[in-house]
Amino acid sequence: MQDDPVIRVISKVMIPTVMLFALYVQFHGDYGPGGGFQAGVIFASAFVLNAMIFGLNRGRHVWPAHLNLLAICAGVLLYGLTGVASLFLGANYLDYDVLGATAKSGQHIGILLVEFGVGLTVASVMVALFFTFAGRPTHVRLLSKMQAHEGARPPAPKDEAKSEAKTKATKDNKTGAHK
Amino acid sequence: MMQHLPVLQVLLPLLGAPCAALLRGRDMAWGLALLLTGAAFLISAVLFGLQYNAGEALIYDLGGWPAPLGIVYVIDAASALVLPVVSGIAFVATIAARRLVEAEIDARDHALFYAAWLLTIAGMLGQVTTGDAFNIFVFLEISSLSAYALVAMGAGRDRRALPAAFNYLILGTVGATFYVIGIGLLYMLTGTLNLTDLAERLAEVESTRASFTALAFIALGLFLKMALFPLHFWLVPAYAHAPSAVSALMAATATKVSVYVLIRLMFGVFGVEFNGLADAIGLLILTLGITGAFAGTLAAILETDLKKLFAQSSIAQLGYMAIGIGAMSMTGLAAAFIHLFNHALMKGALFLAIGAIAAQAGRVSMQSIEGAGRQIPVTMTAILVGGLALIGVPLTAGFISKVYLVRALLEQNFWLLAGLTFISSALALAYVWKIIEAAWLKERPENAPALIETPVHYVPAWLMVFATIGFGIFAGPLVDAAYAAAAVFIGGPS
Amino acid sequence: MTSLAGQWNYFLVIALMMIGFYAVIARGNMVKKMVGLTIFQTSVFMLYISMGKVTNGTAPILTGADIADGAQTLYANPLPHVLILTAIVVGVATTAVGYALIIRVYESYGTIEDDDLIKMIEAEEEDEDKIGEAPSA
Repeated sequence: MQDDPVIRVISKVMIPTVMLFALYVQFHGDYGPGGGFQAGVIFASAFVLNAMIFGLNRGRHVWPAHLNLLAICAGVLLYGLTGVASLFLGANYLDYDVLGATAKSGQHIGILLVEFGVGLTVASVMVALFFTFAGRPTHVRLLSKMQAHEGARPPAPKDEAKSEAKTKATKDNKTGAHK
Repeated sequence: MMQHLPVLQVLLPLLGAPCAALLRGRDMAWGLALLLTGAAFLISAVLFGLQYNAGEALIYDLGGWPAPLGIVYVIDAASALVLPVVSGIAFVATIAARRLVEAEIDARDHALFYAAWLLTIAGMLGQVTTGDAFNIFVFLEISSLSAYALVAMGAGRDRRALPAAFNYLILGTVGATFYVIGIGLLYMLTGTLNLTDLAERLAEVESTRASFTALAFIALGLFLKMALFPLHFWLVPAYAHAPSAVSALMAATATKVSVYVLIRLMFGVFGVEFNGLADAIGLLILTLGITGAFAGTLAAILETDLKKLFAQSSIAQLGYMAIGIGAMSMTGLAAAFIHLFNHALMKGALFLAIGAIAAQAGRVSMQSIEGAGRQIPVTMTAILVGGLALIGVPLTAGFISKVYLVRALLEQNFWLLAGLTFISSALALAYVWKIIEAAWLKERPENAPALIETPVHYVPAWLMVFATIGFGIFAGPLVDAAYAAAAVFIGGPS
Repeated sequence: MTSLAGQWNYFLVIALMMIGFYAVIARGNMVKKMVGLTIFQTSVFMLYISMGKVTNGTAPILTGADIADGAQTLYANPLPHVLILTAIVVGVATTAVGYALIIRVYESYGTIEDDDLIKMIEAEEEDEDKIGEAPSA
């Protein structure tokens, strides 16, 4: 799909805009509609769009899997540790009042941190979901079959070899069961 | 820091999960899980003591928002009793998990396994601790979703774990969704989600049709989650094909937590009277319970796979808990709590012992344990004592459960049911005898693989066995605690 | 409110709920089961969201004017929305786990039809009883 000039140009404009909008939703969340869940999904959609247009391998290159796992865990920990911080400051768990000089600023800081944690986790989980499902050998095989049918270039040969072995195994199972 | 214990109880395993997922290297994730479940057990023991001394519920306001505005964690006599069961078994299962997981799960997945393991424990502890109806749902899903993943991890050894996990997911989600529908109807009626507040406000609208519908949805959802007959079909394959460590953890705790939530919702929110429907609801639960007791026991007698056998017997044992609930009395509820506690210990012992064999032999069937009683006597004795406790032989904890169960039934003049309970317990002898016959009376076949045992194999199971015998002989404190737990729901404000 | 037309949202929810639930129970294809489950969950989201609606109520955002005048503006109830935001996230997670399991089932069994699967599992179990050992062990 990356050969199509229209898609290439539009994506160059769209992807940063989507990311920026996600950040707006994220940081607007403490005073108005918005928040980490929505922002995370929007942010992830930029990565998904990128991978859909430029292929899975380049998509993975932009956001590698080990970094993604780190981001998923870091988001949850950021949320949890914000609560723990208020424990150490002498208040109940997740009581943001003590995080700032006044209760109001404390609530502001707390919500900002917690929502950032939520956004980070949601975005990276969504990206992880997309890559895990799309990068599954059976799926890659189906996709390459479809593309070969249309006369397009098949994806990376490494995945192809793997998927062949896998399908063979599946076929064997199938015939074995029907006997 | 003492006043923060209720939240730390849930928080430690919850935050441990992402840390475990990131840890690399041999046994690091396991070490973290052991440390955190150990800490959770310690905290729940301290909480039990604190609650006992205080004599009233300990309440923790999350985020400093008091009830009914915010979510509160409530440690009352009931949750203080169930928390040590869950965290204690989690701790012992984690000790055993190291060997079992090494044998059954790909080394690359260990970190993620322990992450899901800690999450499911955190979810169960959260369900017991929280005093908010919707929060229960969230924790229910946290524990269930990670449980689906854990069950599916058995696929490396036995691919049937995958369809089993899928069916568990479908039925589990339907159950949880029913629960949310019920909570939604209650929220429409009362405008609150705090359980205590809900109970007070529900009294005004108790006889509306919406409140009955809400009760029906909540009860049905939780029946599914606790695998009450006839909604138990997900349980047997899920326990049988899951990795052994997961079978042990889930068989001992997962359904018990749902029983606890059911008691909390039915008696704590709707009250004992149910606006005149108590008899009908009691009769329904009693019927399902006794049918389940027979169905589970009979199916267990026919099974040849030990994991499936004891999974079927779990259905029977959950039937006994349902009978305790259905008796709708103080003694009945106390019996349900006693049996919840004891059954968790017995099933923990059984599945840990079976897991120790499964890690070596693959599948544990009647055939593969032939003559094992002489080859691995300590492990097989653990299975034997667990089996005897399931029947309810004196000096084991199972006996105490049955005594109080029958007492509760006789108090209400349910003579027939008491007799049936006795018969179904006696029937359990049949499957225990099958194991004795296979393990001790038969010779080990020549070509059978040699089984070994070292203290690492049997110590976790024997910890549970000692607890089973201990609570069978010195049952006094447990009975007192169970009556205190029952008093939270009956006799108090309803 | 007592009229049937005033409760149209409940009828919509019930219809969706039953469509979804029927698909979960009656369909043999695992993907269709998941679709049914998602519809079933969505109906519950709608039940909650419709209960948060207050007649003539506006979006529950506190504006400066409200605080200054102490005026009593009628707001929609935001709590059900928050609850459902959580439930949606749970739903997404459930769907993801469900489809992941379906893919794994397809990879190891070559089918996602319940009937075929049950036959294959039963065959495996019979084999096991004959040999007395798990085939993969």
